Amino acid sequence: MALEPIQQVRGRAVHVPGNDIDTDRITPARYLKVVTFDGLGEALFYDERFNPDGSEKPHPLNDPRFKGASIMLVGANFGCGSSREHSPQAIYRAGFRALIGESFAEIFFGNSTALSMPCVTASKSDIEALAQAIEQDPGLEVTVDVERLEVRYADKAFKVNLPATAQKALVEGRWDPIADLLEAGDLLEQASARLPKAVLS
Amino acid sequence: MGKSLYQKVWESHAVRTLPNGQTQLFIDTHLIHEVTSPQAFGMLRDLGLKVRFPERTFATVDHIVPTHSLAEPFADPQADEMIRQLRKNVQEFGITFFDVTSGQQGIVHVIGPENGITQPGMTIACGDSHTSTHGAFGAIAFGIGTTQVRDVLATQTMAVSKLKVRRINVNGKLRPGVYAKDVILHIIKVLGVNGGIGYAYEYGGSVFDNFSMEERMTVCNMSIEGGARIGYVNPDQTTFDYLKGRPYAPKGEAWEQAVARWKALASDPDAHYDDIVNIRAEDIAPTVTWGINPGQGCAITDRVPDPALYPEAERAGLEEALKHMKLRPGQPIKGVKVDVAFLGSCTNGRISDFREAARYLKGRKVAPGVRAIAVPGSQQVARQCEEEGIAQIFREAGFEWRGAGCSMCLAMNPDKLVGDELCASSSNRNFKGRQGSATGRTVLMSPVMVVAAAVTGQVSDAREVFGVSELVGV
Ligand code: SF4
Repeated sequence: MALEPIQQVRGRAVHVPGNDIDTDRITPARYLKVVTFDGLGEALFYDERFNPDGSEKPHPLNDPRFKGASIMLVGANFGCGSSREHSPQAIYRAGFRALIGESFAEIFFGNSTALSMPCVTASKSDIEALAQAIEQDPGLEVTVDVERLEVRYADKAFKVNLPATAQKALVEGRWDPIADLLEAGDLLEQASARLPKAVLS
Repeated sequence: MGKSLYQKVWESHAVRTLPNGQTQLFIDTHLIHEVTSPQAFGMLRDLGLKVRFPERTFATVDHIVPTHSLAEPFADPQADEMIRQLRKNVQEFGITFFDVTSGQQGIVHVIGPENGITQPGMTIACGDSHTSTHGAFGAIAFGIGTTQVRDVLATQTMAVSKLKVRRINVNGKLRPGVYAKDVILHIIKVLGVNGGIGYAYEYGGSVFDNFSMEERMTVCNMSIEGGARIGYVNPDQTTFDYLKGRPYAPKGEAWEQAVARWKALASDPDAHYDDIVNIRAEDIAPTVTWGINPGQGCAITDRVPDPALYPEAERAGLEEALKHMKLRPGQPIKGVKVDVAFLGSCTNGRISDFREAARYLKGRKVAPGVRAIAVPGSQQVARQCEEEGIAQIFREAGFEWRGAGCSMCLAMNPDKLVGDELCASSSNRNFKGRQGSATGRTVLMSPVMVVAAAVTGQVSDAREVFGVSELVGV
């Protein structure tokens, strides 16, 4: 299965501030009553963005200056809470292709990587400086360089982190592991034969 | 240097190293439910793949089931569509399904253990972050995303990176009125909601040695609230006694062999840990949350924080939490008015939770104006509660006694908070909007504290409400 290698993500960015933003905020549970991921982009941050009557609340994603952004800047422990892949799916389907944050919850990170959406980490001060730059110039082009592990904008650049396994998976176009897993072939039957199994008895 | 249980299980389940450096890990037992599996089956079909070892996957329906009536079709057409999809998927791929008509349906993390499907030394995965619950048996159990559900269905393996192991010792004697729920809320408060990122938590010490399996499950369940995807307790005689005779547990000679194998899996006395944390049991108080994440907790006797007294960098977060919770800076948490009391969930919806709560509820009444709901974690727990007269105690007190499911833990079924109602809840998450209303407020606590809140209409100290002496010896 040939997958698109993700070496760089380039685009405009938007800053969604705050720490510990959980998956219930990213995609409220009522949007989980679906049997496909289609249309989930609409659900993104719904209760943070809209009042119960459907009118808009002030939120960076409602700000017309940041419409069309493909890179999201976030705080610490982003995506904590449930394992719902609906959250990264909603972010991806709303047009985002990379996240830059202080830290990410583990399951969210893995789910995002498997969707080809890098979640790179950076220092709070670097993220804040970038947030200020896009506040001043919302049209600013930002590059998340997954190969060189840096973020570039205007005449500035800062280092970011990404576990080597995720970096390799993205850069080599192996972010969806299914092909690699299937290659194990008979090793799977051998493992199943020797490992414990719950059997009704 | 010896090995931890995590290390031993990892080594025996590693199939091979993947090209990106991750490990292809075999998953002994895969649990699925209606919310995170339909898209995985869809992906499987798109790729023309089959379920590789269907006998290793078990399904239940828990998140969307109504707890009033199981008459079908469900009133909510989306929920109805979800259960029908699941039935279609399990039928097509030959997967065991604990359907609502089976008498064994319930929350996935309640039915796995009660049927003996959860066993020591197993790797267990489920598209649900509270899969860490199964770690109580010395299993390595963790939540996965839907794409990984597909991977496990197709190959019974997944791509994973090894975690570090943090040993958390709780030694000493818990004070009266302090429960397993308080232990984990305390641990999260001490280590933070992201303190566990990159770690598996191994819980031990005299408090865990003395805990029942259900108490261990309560703690392991909320590991993820502390950022740790995995939390486990080494298997011991308590584990074996719990499992013996359960439907899926080994029998006869196979049982003896299994116990010998399980004993050898426990962490060696000189096991290597990447970090060790020691907590004194005596330092743990009945704990409640005051904020919008499970780390924002305090002793019931404490006041909520005053942001002005905190460093600048922390203030915005504290203010946001207090604003959502409609609490004044520095006000005592005790006495805050409660609108709803919810007893249930995969954290505290087991038989021992209802037994303990019923001991104090018996002969008392839910305070006027409080909507109190009791939701057993499984149909089996519901039956036991009926047989033991527990359900009757709840009904007589004015609780609504419901059918099994997740219910108001996340409100994907009709059980929801309305407006800014405040809920005293035995569940595990107090995130904004978690219980079905964007402005709803959740205060997490132990089942006995939920009962105290229900009968007083306020966040209360159960030790005062029920008399400390009554609680001695708990
Ligand atoms: S009870 Fe709550 S936390 Fe547990 S599985 Fe159900 S929704 Fe998730």
